[in-house]
Amino acid sequence: MAYCGRDLLALPPEARAREGVFLAFQYPVEIPGVNNVYLMKASLNAIRKHRGEPELDAVEFLKLVKERVRLVQMDDSFLGRAVNEGFSGGEKKRNEIFQMAVLEPRLAILDETDSGLDIDALKIVASGVNHLRGPDRAIVLITHYQRLLDYIVPDVVHVLSGGRIVRSGDRELARTLEQRGYDWLKEVAAA
Amino acid sequence: MSTGTKQVEALLKKGYEAGFYTEVESDTAPPGLNEDIIRLISRKKNEPEWMLEWRLQSFRHWSTMTEPRWASVHHPPIDYQAISYYSAPRTRKDGPKSLDEVDPKLLETYEKLGIPLREREILAGVAVDAVFDSVSVATTFKDKLAEAGVIFCSFSEAVEKHPGLVRQYLGSVVPQGDNFYAALNSAVFTDGSFCYVPKGVRCPMELSTYFRINAAKTGQFERTLIIADEGSSVSYLEGCTAPMRDENQLHAAVVELIALKDAHIKYSTVQNWYPGDAEGRGGIYNFVTKRGECRGANAHISWTQVETGSAITWKYPSCVLTGDNSVGEFYSVALTNNRQQADTGTKMIHIGRNTRSTIISKGIAAGRGQNAYRGLVKVAKSAENARNYTQCDSLLIGDRCGAHTFPYIEVKNPTASVEHEATTSKISDDQLFYCRSRGIGEEDAVNMIVNGFCRAVFKELPMEFAVEAQKLLGVSLEGAIG
Repeated sequence: MAYCGRDLLALPPEARAREGVFLAFQYPVEIPGVNNVYLMKASLNAIRKHRGEPELDAVEFLKLVKERVRLVQMDDSFLGRAVNEGFSGGEKKRNEIFQMAVLEPRLAILDETDSGLDIDALKIVASGVNHLRGPDRAIVLITHYQRLLDYIVPDVVHVLSGGRIVRSGDRELARTLEQRGYDWLKEVAAA
Repeated sequence: MSTGTKQVEALLKKGYEAGFYTEVESDTAPPGLNEDIIRLISRKKNEPEWMLEWRLQSFRHWSTMTEPRWASVHHPPIDYQAISYYSAPRTRKDGPKSLDEVDPKLLETYEKLGIPLREREILAGVAVDAVFDSVSVATTFKDKLAEAGVIFCSFSEAVEKHPGLVRQYLGSVVPQGDNFYAALNSAVFTDGSFCYVPKGVRCPMELSTYFRINAAKTGQFERTLIIADEGSSVSYLEGCTAPMRDENQLHAAVVELIALKDAHIKYSTVQNWYPGDAEGRGGIYNFVTKRGECRGANAHISWTQVETGSAITWKYPSCVLTGDNSVGEFYSVALTNNRQQADTGTKMIHIGRNTRSTIISKGIAAGRGQNAYRGLVKVAKSAENARNYTQCDSLLIGDRCGAHTFPYIEVKNPTASVEHEATTSKISDDQLFYCRSRGIGEEDAVNMIVNGFCRAVFKELPMEFAVEAQKLLGVSLEGAIG
């Protein structure tokens, strides 16, 4: 699996992150006692260090996170809480998007970011992701449903089955899938 | 007096001086413990008769006692007759001449702890002027303290200059025959710290043993006595951040705290004695008795400890809550890596009415470390409305270590409320993967998770100590994974 000319799978997780890959977890873990913003500072500075950039000092860093936390419509108290500890399902997912906003990855993989979200949280997460779209950033969104794609309109849709891409298309492919189900593709493949 | 006599006297005096000098340089008593050795210690320290008597009583009691066997630790039998119980302070000549002569491993640790070069020299016992600097610093402190009426000096100095206070309070919280190691300490202690804060005085600075680290090399049997008189308050820091290179060595200290009516004592320890090597060779046996008594109403004693060093730790800083409405607290982080063993916890003895106690214990076991929490909450018949809250968490790193919890609860008053919560968890692969996929390396991730686990305790430490404790955990955890 090549990423920017390197074999991604040969790299340990921390090296992938430092190379600009971000993974938004489907089930983010709780880390009791570890401050959310402290994790982000360690993370961002590890990545900056790898890029040969100077570490951000506390003031610059705080300014950055206070700005980015608005993207997911959370207040500052969100920053001081322990990582995901006692967060609701929606807060955990918003935290993932907040982290992505701070770390500004080149490649983001969002693993079922829509699962377990109510409609309001879904809109917030989607708006956060849309804000982060740009020509320098690839976002791979993994989902089972069309719902999220109503808010985050994909450029390309791939259908993954048995570890392979079995079909590619534009946003219409996802709509057709929603109507006809995944079995439709299997039938097409069998025919 | 004839000229001849004067000359003889001068000669004698000179001879004496020279003899004394040699004595200081290489004065170590022969191994073994008997009444003669105790008399020798007492004589060397120019102690009054009552002090010697107290030591001898302790020794006679000790001779009838056997080592405690109930702790969850294992070590070969200690030969108490093979230990030398008196060693004069090492002179600067004994120490390394420069950092080049100091064990590079030790220097590496200092560097990781972020200790400035000059301080590293002091810690390593290098004979430099900095040692004298530190003495003068201590003197400056003393002036400021004296202004407030606070007495803070070595135990020997207290015996000499404040015998009334020492006689009144010594052994009043930890009696001579309290336990095997306390009895041994009472017989042979060489020095330690003494502090008295007079009525209504808030001690103007955190008292610290930091500048005494060099001197602390001399004795493994320290004795500390802290008295906070009515309405006074004091915060005392005990830092042994200098890893010692000594081999399996017994360290049996006694600390007694007395808080009178409305007084407040906060006692913080960061203990990092040499833990032995990865195979469990060497290291300190840290068998320490620490106890405080809230002797008046509304008194408050708080123990905070971060125990990362020593091959074996056997230590239960306790509070006797005699005064009504008095408060006892115990906050502890104990880490065992490699072959380290710890059996540590506290005793909260509720005697007065409306007494409250809080116990927060965080045990971390890594490598083949064994970590036990042992705690007693005792509510006497007299302790109406006593309350205790205990939280006892263990964190395991790897699958070859062990965590054990031994809570004892004895309640003799039906109005008491005692709560106990305990958890045992492992650093999960999921947590590690989460941190790593944010660009944080594996060791840093473990550090971060462990520090988060200890947060409730670290926030009780004075600021600069908290920073040191966090760094220390990082160093102590090195090689705990992978």
